[in-house]
Amino acid sequence: MVEATCVVRVLEQHEFQRWILNGEVRAARLALGGFGTEELRVEVDDFVNVADVEGELQALGRACLLFRYLSICLLRVSSCLHEPAMIGLMRTRYSEDEVAVRDAFFDFFANECPTTTVRAAAKGTGFDPALWSSLAAMGAPGMALPESLGGAGAALTDLAVVADVAGAHLAPVPLIEHAVTTRALARAGGHDGLVAELGEGSTLATLALRPPTGDTARLVPAGAVADVILHHRNGVTSINRGNAPGIKLPNTADLPLAHRVISDATAIDLDSDGWNRTVDEWRALMAVAYVGLAKRAIEIGVAYTKERIQFGVLIGTFQALQHGFADAATSVEGAHLLAQRAIWALETDQPGASRLAGMALLYAAESARFAADRSVQYHGGYGFSEEYDIQLYHRHATAWILQLGDPAAEYARLADAEFGPVKGAA
Amino acid sequence: MDFSFPPEVEAFRTEVKAFLADNFDESMLDVTHDGTMHVPELHAALAAEGWLAGPVPKELGGGGRTALESIVLNEEMQLARAPIDAMGVTVITAAILMEHGSDHLKETVVPALLNGEALTSFGYTEPESGSDVAAAATKAVRDGDEWVINGAKMWTTMAHIADYVILLTRTDPNVPKHKGLTFFLVPFDTPGIEIQPVPTMATERSNATFYDDVRLSDDWRVGEVNGGWAVMKTALKYERGVAGGQFMSPPVIDAGIDWATNQERADGTRPIDDPAVRERLIRAQIDVEVCRGFAYHCADLANEGAMFGVEGSMTKLFASETFKRHCREIHDMMGAEGLLTLESPEAHHGGLIEEALRHSPVTAIYGGTSEINRNMVAEGFLGLPRAR
Ligand SMILES: Cc1cc2nc3c(=O)[nH]c(=O)nc-3n(C[C@H](O)[C@H](O)[C@H](O)COP(=O)(O)OP(=O)(O)OC[C@H]3O[C@@H](n4cnc5c(N)ncnc54)[C@H](O)[C@@H]3O)c2cc1C
Repeated sequence: MVEATCVVRVLEQHEFQRWILNGEVRAARLALGGFGTEELRVEVDDFVNVADVEGELQALGRACLLFRYLSICLLRVSSCLHEPAMIGLMRTRYSEDEVAVRDAFFDFFANECPTTTVRAAAKGTGFDPALWSSLAAMGAPGMALPESLGGAGAALTDLAVVADVAGAHLAPVPLIEHAVTTRALARAGGHDGLVAELGEGSTLATLALRPPTGDTARLVPAGAVADVILHHRNGVTSINRGNAPGIKLPNTADLPLAHRVISDATAIDLDSDGWNRTVDEWRALMAVAYVGLAKRAIEIGVAYTKERIQFGVLIGTFQALQHGFADAATSVEGAHLLAQRAIWALETDQPGASRLAGMALLYAAESARFAADRSVQYHGGYGFSEEYDIQLYHRHATAWILQLGDPAAEYARLADAEFGPVKGAA
Repeated sequence: MDFSFPPEVEAFRTEVKAFLADNFDESMLDVTHDGTMHVPELHAALAAEGWLAGPVPKELGGGGRTALESIVLNEEMQLARAPIDAMGVTVITAAILMEHGSDHLKETVVPALLNGEALTSFGYTEPESGSDVAAAATKAVRDGDEWVINGAKMWTTMAHIADYVILLTRTDPNVPKHKGLTFFLVPFDTPGIEIQPVPTMATERSNATFYDDVRLSDDWRVGEVNGGWAVMKTALKYERGVAGGQFMSPPVIDAGIDWATNQERADGTRPIDDPAVRERLIRAQIDVEVCRGFAYHCADLANEGAMFGVEGSMTKLFASETFKRHCREIHDMMGAEGLLTLESPEAHHGGLIEEALRHSPVTAIYGGTSEINRNMVAEGFLGLPRAR
């Protein structure tokens, strides 16, 4: 009852007050209903004093967090209907509502996904089901799905905000694979029931980033946990459903990688362009996640050098270390701006979107590996020890992009598009 | 986020492109081969458009162009290889004078700068002080109504063609170094000034300038006595809108791609068919997009009136360090052919790549060295303790 008031407040602030009195009541029900918690049912007529609302929300604990996020979603839904001003803003920082989404999810991951969670998942499949269901309760898996398919109608840009903080926490959940696969199915059409299920996060989906060989897609990201898997071969995209997940193979970053048999697949209506778009979304979101990882790796390293004393001084006063960090931070900031530009370009269908997505992933991966390398180095021997978290960042920075293949092949792919094919090459 | 420009800025970009097509072509760069990075016709044309006054605020008598428009002008000029040095010095000096200058300077000098008739130069660096710019020792002493200036400046670029130098002097040696500085605008035709050329390893020249009992009236003082550091901050504030260097690489990369595509090796393949060449070139293109992100980000910050320091440092650091690498790699790719200088009729692309290679080291030195910028990022962005 109280929550709607909170929504109203957010909307009022953004001059969408009129909106809530019209169609947005439905949106409020939809979003809050998805959470499935009785206390959060909304009656828009029940206006309550804001201070009371906040008090009650405090009592609801984590719901408060959820609530902040949902308010933003509603705001989004409403602003979409108001035709969002996507053109001509030149806004190179997160907007107020993006910051709010970011903060909400940052708190969420900070609470629900400390590195002990990452380490525990690594011992098993590389996936944390409890974390996933909490994330699903936050609405993340369906965030960037159209409202008509049960999603929050938010943009790829919002999903990117979540990818950023998920990356920073090395969250053992295949949010990016799941989201881009779900969006691909939504685009293909004819899978509304499945898409709705995926949007709720009750079923997990992924994609074989590389074409299968024979009947097997090797080392599929999230292959050890996903129920639904898409692959693409010879211009045809196909789906497998209901096969048992594969067995996770021990790997550098304990990702849920597994081989999948794809022999009984069904073709879906997604051509090469549609598939490429899907992989580009993966690239751009992965780039954003890499930036999250890299920023955190630098933070961890900087914090360490402000504590560790050698030769009677904090090692953070050594200019050699400062300059290494400065180079890493500069590179990561550049990667951040490029990754966000790629997301924006995909979202708004800019002509160079695919090029930027490819560039963003390569550059972000390189920046993150460099940042993690500097941070491990500046930890000295402790950076190499299993006990310190920084090694986790190093291993994840190494692994993520390799799920797609050798980066050299990605550079070559971009070069083909930029310079034309190699003369004499097939 | 949103990386698109407002329609009026896009329209301005179209205008700038048309302007450059009409008023600039690379043959005009021939006049710069004596080392002077200045094309007078282009400068005059920029003035005629009102674009030298562009980024100076309207209240101060400028064109009131936004930071977004400034970056677009900057980007298009650099992509066309049009020199931006004189424009930068003009805009920054005009802004300093409008904010801190006497009425005399505002009424006489500023209009001449903005309509392109007069040129100015920067006199910050000295033989004994560069990165530590606040350690300037050139002395200015009051004598009745006048000031007497004695000292030497190093790297007074464009002094030999300029009418003025904006000079950083020491007026009080007995206080902490930042608190005893005063700026003057010094006309080069004042008696007691000597300008000597400083040739460089590249095609450009700079100057050493010497000041021997140079006498000026107080009208030429800029800002408060001992308030020089505040003036320096204004200089930095305006640099962010107009300072270039973010788009130095594209002309070199484009020339490199062109070369690699049109050469045939003995075995019939082209350099562009070589995977190592392709990867280097595509990496360079990625760096260009990163630079573009930085440039637009700084413009966005400036447009919102936000002060940025570290973002500018990051941009300068990244742009110059990657430019050096691009020049090196593309020059290497050409092998012996790359060694031909612009004096050679056989040099590819008029020797552009070789010229850029020799120029590139200075980009990480002037306007704040890479090391100084790393210090700024370490302290200002990462919060690391001061090293010095
Ligand atoms: C072609 C050219 C044109 C120029 N044009 C102008 C101009 O028009 N007007 C003008 O005023 N100046 C101009 N400059 C000067 C330029 O700004 C200085 O060269 C620059 O600021 C560096 O100062 P410096 O040369 O005295 O080197 P120094 O300051 O002596 O530095 C030497 C080395 O020490 C490093 N260093 C210094 N301090 C630190 C520190 N705290 N931490 C780590 N490393 C440090 C530097 O990075 C550098 O690598 C020009 C220079 C050149 C080469």
